[in-house]
Amino acid sequence: MNRIILLTTALSLGGALSVSANPALQALIDDPNQWVIQTGDYANQRYSELDQINTGNVADLQVAWTFSTGVLRGHEGSPLVVGDIMYVHSPFPNKVYALDLNDNGKIIWRYEPVQDPTVIPVMCCDTVNRGVAYADGKIFLHQADTTVVALDALTGAVVWSVKNGDPTKGETNTATVMPVKDKLIVGISGGEFGVRGSVTAYNIADGSLAWRGYSMGPDSDTLIDPVNTTHLGKPVGPDSGTNTWEGDQWKIGGGTTWGWYSYDPELNLIYYGSGNPSTWNPSQRPGDNRWSMTIWARDADTGVAKWVYQMTPHDEWDFDGVNEMVLTEQQIGGVDRKLLTHFDRNGFGYTLDRVTGELLVAQKYDPQVNWASEVVMDPASDQYGRPQVVAAYSTQQNGEDVNSTGICPAALGSKDQQPSAYSPKTQLHYVPTNHVCMDYEPFRVSYTAGQPYVGATLAMYPAPDSHGGMGNFIAWDAKEGKIKWSLPEQFSVWSGALATAGDVVFYGTLEGYLKAVDANTGAELYRFKTPSGIIGNVMTYGHGGKQYVAVYSGVGGWAGIGLAAGLTNPNDGLGAVGGYAALSDYTALGGTLTVFALPD
Amino acid sequence: MTKGTLCAALAVIAATTLTDGGALAQTAPDPNAVATPDATPAAAAAADNLTAVTFEGGRYLTADGVPTFKIAADGTMDWATYSGFRRYHSECHVCHGPEGEGSAYAPAIKNSAVRLSYYDFIAVVANGRTVVNAAQNQVMPTFGTNPNVMCYLDDIYTYLKARGSEALPRGRPSKKEPKPDAIRDAEAACLGL
Repeated sequence: MNRIILLTTALSLGGALSVSANPALQALIDDPNQWVIQTGDYANQRYSELDQINTGNVADLQVAWTFSTGVLRGHEGSPLVVGDIMYVHSPFPNKVYALDLNDNGKIIWRYEPVQDPTVIPVMCCDTVNRGVAYADGKIFLHQADTTVVALDALTGAVVWSVKNGDPTKGETNTATVMPVKDKLIVGISGGEFGVRGSVTAYNIADGSLAWRGYSMGPDSDTLIDPVNTTHLGKPVGPDSGTNTWEGDQWKIGGGTTWGWYSYDPELNLIYYGSGNPSTWNPSQRPGDNRWSMTIWARDADTGVAKWVYQMTPHDEWDFDGVNEMVLTEQQIGGVDRKLLTHFDRNGFGYTLDRVTGELLVAQKYDPQVNWASEVVMDPASDQYGRPQVVAAYSTQQNGEDVNSTGICPAALGSKDQQPSAYSPKTQLHYVPTNHVCMDYEPFRVSYTAGQPYVGATLAMYPAPDSHGGMGNFIAWDAKEGKIKWSLPEQFSVWSGALATAGDVVFYGTLEGYLKAVDANTGAELYRFKTPSGIIGNVMTYGHGGKQYVAVYSGVGGWAGIGLAAGLTNPNDGLGAVGGYAALSDYTALGGTLTVFALPD
Repeated sequence: MTKGTLCAALAVIAATTLTDGGALAQTAPDPNAVATPDATPAAAAAADNLTAVTFEGGRYLTADGVPTFKIAADGTMDWATYSGFRRYHSECHVCHGPEGEGSAYAPAIKNSAVRLSYYDFIAVVANGRTVVNAAQNQVMPTFGTNPNVMCYLDDIYTYLKARGSEALPRGRPSKKEPKPDAIRDAEAACLGL
């Protein structure tokens, strides 16, 4: 009872503190010549109105200039362009460069934080960083060691800095941040270390904490209102963040928040997904493990959850729910809807009404997905919204110490964090995907703070009985839940896509190609081999009346782990190694920015 | 002969001061080098860190009392090597890649297991290792307090040695010996169950 009263008080306080939108930032986001936040816009569409480069001339694209970051590890995210300055970042040690676009990319300032290198091995899967963000004259960097720092955009001087987590407990960061109004939305990594995920809003002016909402725990921690927060239209009730956990397991419950964030200014809601519950051994955490694997809609001012939707209750496969939430306006059944589309690691493409959290579409975006037969769409069913798990692929039902084989997708998902793009012109989503399956054997592990807390052995391999490659690049109709076209790729497509008004869609490949395809047909129009494999996101900007396309190359990340040595196919039996290509045969390390333009 | 147990090895470590990137890093042989068998039988016998000679405490040991694998002609392997496969892919593979093959940023540890002595291998895992300079930032964490690693370190070591010597191919091991009672008891004691 006390808890509810406290929460109500917090609500009214938050309401009193709310401020108006950030019109200066919104104007920059709306200017297609700039790229001021990693996602391009708040809707996470990764769509640009620029059309100087189009289907008719993209074949003439040339390299305009390049820049080496001086760092070898995996390069995710993209540069920003704010006015005449480009901001380039690197993985650990998280360097930031400000480059003068009026002076051939001359370095205006550089920033390199001093970080304890012991944070490196605590970062699961390479020391990537998905980039900086801009607002109110500041560049925001969320470092590997969870230090959030605001830099003066013109000088690089530190304006403020705040520590968001504790790396000695396995709390680290790989994600970007999202400025909203007068606040900065910040997530956290460490799901493989038993970290309890949270989203934190810091005040842009001084770095002071505004609110923090955990993925699990008591309502005062999750900022869930038992009466007004809904799950598929129904109030979640009290203690929803603890009552589907056994004992205190929620305290090391995972549900980290290292993906992308989107925002609807009209609704004043931020959207994101929470990651896998800890450990990977499902038998050690009975229950639905709410609110891991969940799509969240939170009030930007107070953090209070408006609605939640748990996609994968009681995860048994490490299907983190962190992938981007793409906000679109489309018609379904002749009615204009405010939609949210999400391509989950679990292989389902979800479309929801982002006002209410109503589930509209849930269909497989890779035909190979087999761990669940369907997501129940009948609101009258007690299984409404739940995936129907296929017993043969259930690592819970098969039990500890049993190897469940042939599960599709693999733990890295039909898609990982690499963000999709959406074109309002074609009303299609362009999705970089993985085409990889796995064997999964869970077993008992014990928790030690700051140490890996995994508890499963995985073997991954290209999807069987398919084209033999490990990826596809697809166009997806989110209203119908159908694949429009699909381009097979030899390796997982691990780069973020870009759609443009020139009807060109760009993406990068792990071999290092930047590819341009026709937004309507998928026909390849251009490719160029950059210095290393691409796991960064393609962006575009305009400067001096010219449109540029830019992307980082620099292989690493999850792709640098599983694919560097090549995958094996257990169906081939022992000893049949090398049947599938090793990424190391195609590319080597090294971070480079490559900028493209049409010839003068 | 208890020389080959983990406890003994940890005692050795306790008596050794290992600085970051110290003596081990200085030798820095090619991390991708593939182990080649010694040419002469005499040399092979002297340097044989692979062949199982005795079976003690539920695991196979070399003539020097160092844990090792035993894989029968039909592919059946000892329990410890199989256990090492599982534990490796839970705790180690996110850096060192599938089956010890290495990743974009961490060495192929299957070769390290063959190249390093048992005691040096244990020391690196327990204490960690840091190579941070202008060219690279490789940091192996300290696993000394992690029971999921330390209680299975002999298993992981044997598995990687089987991989590095190519006695065990890539992929999931298929046939294994049953779990010995001695290993079951040692596991329970180590985990404090």
